[in-house]
Amino acid sequence: MTPILFRNARLIDPETGTERLGELGVRGGKIVGPEGLDGAQTVDCSGRCLAPGIVDIGVKVSEPGERHKESFRSAGLAAAAGGVTTIVTRPDTIPAIDTPETLEFVRRRANEAAPVRVLPMAALTRGREGREMAEISFLLDAGAVAFTDCDHVVTNTKVFSRCLTYAASLGALVVGHPQEPILSDGASATSGKFAALKGLPSVSPMAERMGLDRDIAIVEMTGARYHADQVTTARALRRLARAKEADLDITAGVSIHHLTLNEFDVGDYRTFFKVKPPLRSEDDRLAAVEAVASGLIDVISSMHTPQDEESKRLPFEEAASGAIGLETLLPASMRLVHGGHLDLPTLWRALSLNPARRLGLDCGRLSAGAPADLVLFDPDVPFILDRFALRSKSKNTPFDEARMQGRIIGTWVAGTQVYRHDKA
Amino acid sequence: MSFRARHLLGIEHLAPNEITLLLDLADRYVDLNRRDVKHDTALTGLTQINMFFEASTRTQASFELAGKRLGADVMNMNMQGSSLKKGETLIDTAMTLNAMHPDLLVVRHPSSGAVALLAQKVNCAVLNAGDGRHEHPTQALLDALTIRRAKGRLHRLTVAICGDVAHSRVARSNIWLLGKMENRVRLVGPPTLLPAGAADWGVEVCYDMREGLRDADVVMMLRLQRERMDGAFIPSEREYFHRFGLDAEKLAHAKDDAIVMHPGPMNRGVEIDGTLADDINRSVIQDQVEMGVAVRMAAMDLLARNLRAARSSPEVMV
Repeated sequence: MTPILFRNARLIDPETGTERLGELGVRGGKIVGPEGLDGAQTVDCSGRCLAPGIVDIGVKVSEPGERHKESFRSAGLAAAAGGVTTIVTRPDTIPAIDTPETLEFVRRRANEAAPVRVLPMAALTRGREGREMAEISFLLDAGAVAFTDCDHVVTNTKVFSRCLTYAASLGALVVGHPQEPILSDGASATSGKFAALKGLPSVSPMAERMGLDRDIAIVEMTGARYHADQVTTARALRRLARAKEADLDITAGVSIHHLTLNEFDVGDYRTFFKVKPPLRSEDDRLAAVEAVASGLIDVISSMHTPQDEESKRLPFEEAASGAIGLETLLPASMRLVHGGHLDLPTLWRALSLNPARRLGLDCGRLSAGAPADLVLFDPDVPFILDRFALRSKSKNTPFDEARMQGRIIGTWVAGTQVYRHDKA
Repeated sequence: MSFRARHLLGIEHLAPNEITLLLDLADRYVDLNRRDVKHDTALTGLTQINMFFEASTRTQASFELAGKRLGADVMNMNMQGSSLKKGETLIDTAMTLNAMHPDLLVVRHPSSGAVALLAQKVNCAVLNAGDGRHEHPTQALLDALTIRRAKGRLHRLTVAICGDVAHSRVARSNIWLLGKMENRVRLVGPPTLLPAGAADWGVEVCYDMREGLRDADVVMMLRLQRERMDGAFIPSEREYFHRFGLDAEKLAHAKDDAIVMHPGPMNRGVEIDGTLADDINRSVIQDQVEMGVAVRMAAMDLLARNLRAARSSPEVMV
């Protein structure tokens, strides 16, 4: 493999929290210093940003079961085009990924079809039914990086605490979905003025705090390593802060949609804005953005959830939840930068460094020796998003026809270019 | 002053002058309906389909009569479960119907927003006859006409809307309409039956019936749906009637000439005392039914005019 020398790059380094103009070398799939790269292919970045590739925790690839919605091929291409170099997949497929055999299928399909790194998560309980523990040790050996029942909350606290105790003994990371399941049952919006006016069944934002409170108590009880997939309300964030102060092994994520959209974006029952948990008030959105800036929220993810037209073209209450996000994660994140909430190194801490660290990966950095997973992008280029131009098989993005800023110019995985923007 | 909408999906997007225009026309249809010969030709040659995905006797009959009196060919389709059981989606049902070239589509559906979704896919005028908990615009219009005729005006009145506001599309449409016409609206009921966030709507919220009725010009009762008993919204019907059922004693806190309204069907002895409901000096419940036909005639007349205008000059169709 020819070495590469990136010149005139605005290097975004989340590890040091700095950005500077400089050069970066790549040899043997790793990042190296710019010295001694004779005969290297030179990439002139013209002052544009070079950052570690995004590590996206919680991507739904609808394979196995619903390949018409998304395959490893289409998700991988979307990821590459979105600057995402590692996708961490969810096990909420049909069937659920809850045995070493199904996990093996995922790994094989991912290896042959996806141009980016794919790391699978496995179910915490069999069939994500919250009754019997999955084979956590076998699944770890087979390559599972974390364990989660996704949006199926394990309601039985006895089962959940045993799972966490067992996982803790193996050092396995458990990803929870903080939500009180009975209070939120049947809800498709956050309670408040908007849901009440539109006559939508709604859930109090308190349900998230109640779910997080329970999980924190069980983490304290079991000593498990725990990551909350999405914390989206100010009141739950206060509990998260307390748990972190108490030195529990707890981290939290938030989806890009909860950072850039609020409940009113649903408008006249636009089902592409129906996500789980439902979009929140503007106050809660701002609290989540603030928490990313302060580091209280560790991880931003796309919560990429492909849904076909048939499952979305329904009355709001009946429509499926979820939005795709692999390809829009970076430009949507730029709204936070251009809005003055975050600088680029802080944003990249949440997009690549923290998720990599939490999963024990050595990517997400620009230091010598780290894998050469890189994204080159221009943070300023404006465009209007056309959902049919996206690479995902499903087109359910809430950003259709939205004005966006930020263009990905190239993506590299282990020093190999997997995406190049065509100057059309 | 004109009525420009293509569909009647809710009160939210109507302007006050459109509401007035519609009520003025409805007044004329009230006169027509009281004559021996009740026929008009406003909808002659047009096809009206009533599509009810949720059970209804009164509203469907009212729309049917309204259409027939204006000369439309009316067809009733009872959609509870029929094609939905066969797995057909709402959109497919809409496309199928659209191919039959209806002119007016009257739709009721149990999901909020479903009627608007259907309206996007058809070429005719759509009237919302109730979508989930969202809106029931012709009910609010017939209530407004009843109030205007009884009180002589539709502004600067104090209106108490009492009971299960949380699950009521009638309440939501009325709150929009009464607010647009500059009335003072009070929501009265136990907090479990009032929507979270109602205080942000520019209405007063009151958990005590007597206090809520104080100096009211209009007392609008809502139907308590029996199925709410299962969800721990209220402890029992008798406790509910004791605290929130309308009887002569509670009504005495309202103005002496306050009128009593109910969208029907009533649960006598649950939300309203039977004797009071029948008191022709206070109750306008029968007037509401009469106004319902007239208001629906006016609404369909106006939409049909817009439809014909749009068809004769398609380039201005929006």
